[in-house]
Amino acid sequence: MATASVATHDAAHDHHDHEHHDNFVTKYIFSTDHKMIAKQYLVSGIFWAVIGGFLSILFRLQLGFPDLNLEFLRPLLGGWIDEAGKLDPTFYLALVTMHGTIMVFFVLTAGLSGTFSNFLIPLQIGARDMASGFMNMLSYWLFFISGVIMFISLFIKTGPAGGGWVVYPPLSALEQAIPGSGLGMTLWLVAMTFFIASSLMGGINYITTVINLRTKGMSFSRLPLTIWAFFLTAVIGLLSFPVLFSAALLLVFDRSFGTSFYLSDIYIGGEALPNTGGSPVLYQHLFWFLGHPEVYIVLLPALGITSEVIATNSRKPIFGYKAMIISMLGITILSFIVWAHHMFVSGMNPFLGSIFMFLTLIIAVPSAVKVFNYLTTLWRGNLIFTPAMLFSIGLVSFFISGGLTGIFLGNSAIDIQLHDTYFVVAHFHLVMGSASFFGMLAGVYHWFPKMFGRMMDARLGYVHFWLTFVGVYMVFFPMHYIGIAGFPRRYYSWTNFEFSNMYTDLNMFVSAAAIITFASQFIFVFNFFYSMYRGRKATQNPWRSNTLEWTTPIEPGHGNWPGEIPTVYRWPYDYSKPGAAEDFIPQTVPLSATPESNLPHEQEQVKLEMEIMKEESEALAANESKH
Amino acid sequence: MYGFLIAVGVLLLLSIIWMVYRIQSLVSVVKGSDKKIASGSNKVNAILFVLFLLGTGILMFWYSIKEFHNYQLPIASEHGVVTDRLFWITMAITGVVFIITHILLFIFPYKYQYKEDRKATFYPDNNKLEIIWTAVPGVVLAGLVISGWMAWSDITAPAPENAHVIEVMGYQFAWDIRYAGKDNVLGDHDYRLITPTNAAGVDFSDKNAVDDFPSPVVVIPKGEPVLFKIRARDVLHSVFAPHMRLKMDAVPGMPTRFWFVPTKTTAEMREELGNPDFNYEIACTEICGRGHNGMRKVIEVVEPEAYRKWFAEQQTFLQSNPALAAGYEAEVQELAEVQ
Repeated sequence: MATASVATHDAAHDHHDHEHHDNFVTKYIFSTDHKMIAKQYLVSGIFWAVIGGFLSILFRLQLGFPDLNLEFLRPLLGGWIDEAGKLDPTFYLALVTMHGTIMVFFVLTAGLSGTFSNFLIPLQIGARDMASGFMNMLSYWLFFISGVIMFISLFIKTGPAGGGWVVYPPLSALEQAIPGSGLGMTLWLVAMTFFIASSLMGGINYITTVINLRTKGMSFSRLPLTIWAFFLTAVIGLLSFPVLFSAALLLVFDRSFGTSFYLSDIYIGGEALPNTGGSPVLYQHLFWFLGHPEVYIVLLPALGITSEVIATNSRKPIFGYKAMIISMLGITILSFIVWAHHMFVSGMNPFLGSIFMFLTLIIAVPSAVKVFNYLTTLWRGNLIFTPAMLFSIGLVSFFISGGLTGIFLGNSAIDIQLHDTYFVVAHFHLVMGSASFFGMLAGVYHWFPKMFGRMMDARLGYVHFWLTFVGVYMVFFPMHYIGIAGFPRRYYSWTNFEFSNMYTDLNMFVSAAAIITFASQFIFVFNFFYSMYRGRKATQNPWRSNTLEWTTPIEPGHGNWPGEIPTVYRWPYDYSKPGAAEDFIPQTVPLSATPESNLPHEQEQVKLEMEIMKEESEALAANESKH
Repeated sequence: MYGFLIAVGVLLLLSIIWMVYRIQSLVSVVKGSDKKIASGSNKVNAILFVLFLLGTGILMFWYSIKEFHNYQLPIASEHGVVTDRLFWITMAITGVVFIITHILLFIFPYKYQYKEDRKATFYPDNNKLEIIWTAVPGVVLAGLVISGWMAWSDITAPAPENAHVIEVMGYQFAWDIRYAGKDNVLGDHDYRLITPTNAAGVDFSDKNAVDDFPSPVVVIPKGEPVLFKIRARDVLHSVFAPHMRLKMDAVPGMPTRFWFVPTKTTAEMREELGNPDFNYEIACTEICGRGHNGMRKVIEVVEPEAYRKWFAEQQTFLQSNPALAAGYEAEVQELAEVQ
């Protein structure tokens, strides 16, 4: 049997070498290889994260240092800085809008899901590539087009869209209401259309691949939690993004073709518009039907990555593997029926508010289960603090801090006061923004060796982590106080009101912390690009992990495994199993090879496993003799 | 010149950091510490977690206590007392969870940091534990939901019949106030009737509109229910009166409402806060364009007697501008004159 498998190895290897002569364009640009597409997503994600972060620094300058002369930004912002050296208020709103759009969609959806779903799904389930490589390539390039359009909109004369990232009509429908609702909004809608198409293509691919292309033995109950997370994320995206598309489409009709889906009884710019019968609240329902699941689209992959990283670096199985899956399933289903908690005071029927309050607080239960399971996984572990592990622990901290404030906001009675204040800003930046961002960074640090065959520098990683972790808390924790005090969101300045004419010192502190945090991200950017070329060479399994991707060559080629795809015999979390010599047993090690560490129920499976292996080797031998 | 010096300084700093980085990575290669599973950094990181816990914990308690009177706005409405109580109950429960989970989250890394001679405990699941920590949050949340739901139902219930009706209309970028007048019924409105002199588009052919009157300030009586009928004429706005714990979107084409009972007059609040300039305010909390942060309206809460006196003194729309009745039936014009 051994000889037979070696022979097939070689044959397969030759086969692969001969078939793929990649030139620069097919290898680096129009690649259909999932690993290259993942890297394209990652680099695009980093690019957008820098842009999105930079925009936030611009408006934090205004909020923290309202008297600062911003003349020095004129070379960049031109007319958006007025003669007195002040930022233009409509451009401030545009900055807020673009920061949100870019971070939510381009960084945390495309940059996170796009990168890690693409990279890890085939590698961790044991597949040669995605189900459709071509569609996968198309998905990236549609995202790219979307990005180009959004980028262009930053530079047009009337400015980019400025109605907040939720772009509620009528503000976003009427050019008279705000200059950003002109060409900027049109470009926003076109860009989002491409983006939705891109994420649907990606999602279909992820789902199909996970269902159909798992290697032998890789049952759903042996999938790493990362894959479960990516799978469920793709399902959520597939079901909710089309609704955003319909919302956007109706908005396009209202803007350009004179319909009244969202418009009614409007008098603006000295004239009464002919539109009647529409409802702005309809848009909010449609938008949040994506908007809320979107929170989980960005969060679940991060939680999946964290599960994997924490288990590996605690040298312990993730606690409650099944409970983790069940809670993710619960979150997936519930995420579709809580959307209107963003609309408690939108004027919708208060009875609906009651229903959505009940449903919303239910979703806190699976989230709480996940936190307790992470804590128990750390308990009595043997913890190795790789940068990825640090970021994962940081994620759990943000998930707790931001998750708990969700209990306030999900309660409609308490939400009356807190809605659209800085309390909300603090809440979602912690639970969705920073947590997902940390998940993404953890993923990069953890799988960098698999992506580029080299290690990132750990010490720079530590510095990056501590600056960012402390920085994020210094930025977002004070916002709770500001929010409880009632400071509204999306305000250019608060000095017009007596109740909010305070906390200039705290806002200055927040802005300073934001600038430091943003600056420290360049440590990561440096580490990333430097290590790509000059980092220490990686070993095959640097974290001594169980999952399949670490059985590939250090730099896997097209098709991932040179020979046959390995078979899977166990779940991915056999860390520190009693009786085993090492503190990890990869998924490819048969149970029959580890009699010393098998649990009683596994001992029973050994017999079955032996039978299957015997049948297979017979079939293989028969196949060989035919040739 | 300064720019040049700063650039040189930054360059120097960067090159020093660069050299330190190179030296330490070479040293670690020589020492072979990069081959180890967990280097000395492991301990440093473990300690940093504990320091982080202590440092931020102290900072949080210190600031929360020191600033309490600043961020806790005084309450001036009946339902505000209820929602604030819910807020602080939730704060107590989540606060305890927050602190306990964070102590565990940051102590575990210290306590269970990597040791070569130790093996982690193989502890893949425990159904009893899972059930406990599904059920306990479930029960606690159910309690919060039910108390929140009861408060919400009361707040959003129909306003009492004797509530003083006031229309609050948002537009770019201000609020327009209309009182329902003696009959306490607002006259119809139609956005097509809006003119520079009739900003709210009041339909004066409706008899109910005859006694409606405007006011630059929202004057309301203490201890009596007030009903805000809210609408917008251009884009979304949101009425936010922070001291009243009141917030409701103003939606073009879809009237909304919010009723409440103010509990302290402006004068009482001024005395309580020791701030003679204090005013209750309305702000806008739904992004509405360039002037979003400037939509201020003052609410003046007065004693009921003072309110009635003020109310009787007000001039209706038609009294202050009889031309508004032009073009309508003679009956309306007569009514306007009779008043």
